[in-house]
Amino acid sequence: MSTDRLEKRLVLRAPRSRVWRALSNPDEFGRWFGARLVGDFTPGARVAAQLTIPGHEHVRFEMVVEKVEPEALLAYRWHPAPSDPALDAASEPMTLVEFRLAEVADGTELTVIESGFDRIPLARREQAFRRNDEGWAMQVQNLRRYVAA
Amino acid sequence: MSLPEHGPRDLEAAAPVFAALGDATRLALLDRLSTAGPLSITRLTAGTKISRQAITKHLHVLAGVGLVRDVRRGREHRWELKPDRLDEARRSLDQISHQWDEALARLKSFVEESPPSSEEK
Repeated sequence: MSTDRLEKRLVLRAPRSRVWRALSNPDEFGRWFGARLVGDFTPGARVAAQLTIPGHEHVRFEMVVEKVEPEALLAYRWHPAPSDPALDAASEPMTLVEFRLAEVADGTELTVIESGFDRIPLARREQAFRRNDEGWAMQVQNLRRYVAA
Repeated sequence: MSLPEHGPRDLEAAAPVFAALGDATRLALLDRLSTAGPLSITRLTAGTKISRQAITKHLHVLAGVGLVRDVRRGREHRWELKPDRLDEARRSLDQISHQWDEALARLKSFVEESPPSSEEK
């Protein structure tokens, strides 16, 4: 009955190198996530992000990079609701997000684990996702047009 | 409990539940109660290094957010789970889980539909 972690696993029909690039290249990460990222995914680095979704450009957040193992693992920590003015970022606990890649017959198996929820006020976490999510449907359409061009 | 929709109010209501869950001893207590059923403080304290007073305090924290309740049987108090509240916390997490599903679907489309980049050649 864990309430502390979420785990997702899915197979992407693309080579591991392609999936790794979509995760580890800040520009590509931003394109599917819906944000502009400044910084590099190197261990210990902080990647600053700002949503690019119309109406949500004021939302800024930061990812603290924990681990980078090419084509195998990307791990970072982030805060639940970056745009919450009441948030004291320094004292607030973060959740850990891990993207793990493995080669399988028909592509790449991606496992995503987010953990540390039990230490986070849940309402805040949810608000962050919700804010991101509102513009995502539109963003995906932009994305489809972009890659199909 | 019958909540047809999981609106933001449910999530706000769930936040203290998650805070109460954020403690190893309290999680262990819930685990015991969920497998062994209603138990007295004496039973809950047996075999642990934690004092009866500390266990009582943790149980009151859990009771405060509606996760457990104290049932009196004669002269004995026993503690039992109130599963409704746990379900609520689970539903909140399910909602976040669903949002990850959507984000990952977008990632999937992104890597599967994007044409090979020129740098790869």
